[in-house]
Amino acid sequence: MATILTADDTATMRQMISFTLGSVGHNVVQATDGAEALEIARGRKFDLVIADINMPNMDGISLVKALRTLPDYRFTPILVLTTESQEQKRQQGRNAGATGWIVKPFNPEQLLTVVKKVLG
Amino acid sequence: MAIELRQFHQTFFDESLEGLASMEAALLQLEQQPAASGGETRETLHAIFRVVHSIKGGSGTFGFGWVADFSHLLEGLLDDLREARRTLDKPVVDLLLRAVDCLRNLLDAVRTNSEVNKTAVEEVTLALEDLHRAAPAPATTAKPAPTGGWRIAFRPKPELFRSGNDPLRILRELARLGGITVVCDTDTLPSWRELDVERCYLGWTIELCGKVSRAAIDEVFAWVVDDATLDITPLSEPAVKHPTEPVVHGTHTDIGRAMLKLHGTSLRISTHKVDTLMDVVGELVITQTMLQQTAAHFTPKDLPQLLTGLAQLERNVRELQEGVMSIRLLPLGFIFSRLPRLVRDIGEQLGKRVELRLAGEQTELDKTVIERISDPLLHMVRNAMDHGIEPPAERRAAGKPDTGIIRLEAQQKGGNVIIEVEDDGRGLPYDKILARAVAHGAVAANARLTPEQLNELIFLPGISTTEAVTDMSGRGVGLDVVRNNVRSLGGNVEVNSRPGQGTRFTIRLPLTLAILDGLGLQVGQQTYILPLVSITESVRLGAGDLQRLPEGTEVFALRKEYLPLLRLHEIFGVAPRAHDVAQGTVVIIEADGTHAGLLVDEILGQQQVVIKSLETHYRRIDGIAAATILGDGTVALILDASGLIRLARTHTSVPLGTRETVTTAAPAGASLH
Repeated sequence: MATILTADDTATMRQMISFTLGSVGHNVVQATDGAEALEIARGRKFDLVIADINMPNMDGISLVKALRTLPDYRFTPILVLTTESQEQKRQQGRNAGATGWIVKPFNPEQLLTVVKKVLG
Repeated sequence: MAIELRQFHQTFFDESLEGLASMEAALLQLEQQPAASGGETRETLHAIFRVVHSIKGGSGTFGFGWVADFSHLLEGLLDDLREARRTLDKPVVDLLLRAVDCLRNLLDAVRTNSEVNKTAVEEVTLALEDLHRAAPAPATTAKPAPTGGWRIAFRPKPELFRSGNDPLRILRELARLGGITVVCDTDTLPSWRELDVERCYLGWTIELCGKVSRAAIDEVFAWVVDDATLDITPLSEPAVKHPTEPVVHGTHTDIGRAMLKLHGTSLRISTHKVDTLMDVVGELVITQTMLQQTAAHFTPKDLPQLLTGLAQLERNVRELQEGVMSIRLLPLGFIFSRLPRLVRDIGEQLGKRVELRLAGEQTELDKTVIERISDPLLHMVRNAMDHGIEPPAERRAAGKPDTGIIRLEAQQKGGNVIIEVEDDGRGLPYDKILARAVAHGAVAANARLTPEQLNELIFLPGISTTEAVTDMSGRGVGLDVVRNNVRSLGGNVEVNSRPGQGTRFTIRLPLTLAILDGLGLQVGQQTYILPLVSITESVRLGAGDLQRLPEGTEVFALRKEYLPLLRLHEIFGVAPRAHDVAQGTVVIIEADGTHAGLLVDEILGQQQVVIKSLETHYRRIDGIAAATILGDGTVALILDASGLIRLARTHTSVPLGTRETVTTAAPAGASLH
């Protein structure tokens, strides 16, 4: 199955994402902020990155931008997590090179649907 | 597939409460240092925003509607603040602090299925709404679904791939909505030599049949709508305008709240600790392999290697033990972080100015100790605020600065953690305390006490509770309760005070509840372990020292005080070697302020034992606190001093340890151990 990197400063989110995706066989690596995610991403190639927008030490948008400059991540699907009220952020994420977004709150089934969609 | 969301609840609660604590600390800091640089303040506000944002996200996911709605409102105000649409002044900080309380209350209510302080939450909700008038959400008008299907012209920009999007995925999704016919447009496809594989040259015209809503199609294209030209037209105009479909907003339900009854607790451990454990286990495996190899072809000349292996094994096991212990350890900062708010609020209420100095927050203690020491510690700080620190005018008159200082310091010393709570207030009013002690009959009126004995007085029941019950400390909870709590954790508390200069409480706690310092006692074939904290001394008695009261209790005089004698072999029904007091040893135990003598065959010596719960393996037994496994593999019971004294009390009608003095003229100090 796919290897997925998830970056979120919220442990609840990280746990939920990694448990949900892990339960269908994906291999999920967790990062607690953008900087850590970038560091991890430099070391290996992931099939998908899921990044929260609001994070300390490099937010999701900067992370997307930074990832897109890495040769390994030029075409990798990157999803950003936003809330309904963050339309502007969503747009910023898209401009930064994100593939798409997942609107919070979401439940595990919705997450699986989106990930399945992206990974094909 | 169904994934049980409830399993994430505990993490959510832990994380949210932690976040709220840091939010509270940050707010207090902002309030104290209004002159902090704009950038710093902004960063702090961002951090606070993230806390509330996370709580909102989590509560939304789990369906904790009230929490979600409240945090949404709070988030609005915080957004205004960090975008500098509103300034952070004192009323706003006050409101934010109250909001923290509300969120705690709301989370707690969900977690324990308890009542919400409705008035408080509603008040703050109204205040938040006043401050931040949320713009009404734009009404979404759903377009009617045509009957005949759609024609979609989709031409991605060449850079589409750079966002990680794949046209094929979109086509697949459309196919899921209904029957599709796809025509590929290859007009702009360049010659092979000019082709850049990283660019998208193709376009598609898709006919989608079936009753598909426009919204569903928009959703498929949502991620790429800016990276493509998109033309979506109905295949045939619908003859009748459909009424607008009702839009159902995601209404939050309180199902989660109703469902949720959490039992058990969780522990958050730093990954560093887990990694260390992994390392140790790795080494253990290596040692095991080494020992196995040595044993497989063992000859006497391999003995040195075997001994080296065993020494290594011993080290590994010790490290593993330490590592596992450290998992249960939490930094005291968990409690300390609650204090700034407490001190601020109480200070405002009492009109006192207090500076709180904290040191050693990183000192770690067992999770259970942390949980059980929290209330006593808060109580002592309240005490210091209420009774210790004087009002500014009184301080000025005494030549002290207006602002009082309360200092909390924690440090680890050997297997103990020492916490000091010190104030620079007026000190203990010894004359009042003594008068009270005399009134309670704890001390004779003409008693002359040493300073240590005076200090001990405030830990007697009924002494430290103030007559005028203030909102702060005098809630009927005296220092006797504090001391009992500390003692139940195997620790102790002492006080030192200098009139006019201040008071210092010193709490000594064991690092962990899993290991106990005890004294081995032999009775017949049995070994018992008595916790060191409950032993005061041991004495040898002759048969003539015993007196039998009419009720049957045996008592003996120790320094002019009568103590009851408990024969351990009788209590547990074992055959002793020493039936007579002259043959055995009497250990003086102390619990809850009462003393008693315990007759045993002999004292084996001091040792550390690992506590094993008896209740989880067998059942609760009066007089027994737990069990342990001794070095030779036998099981020994760990005695519970207060339980033993209680047990003896139920067998006799004599009130034990009531400090009846032998002669009425005895110095009162004798009754103070």
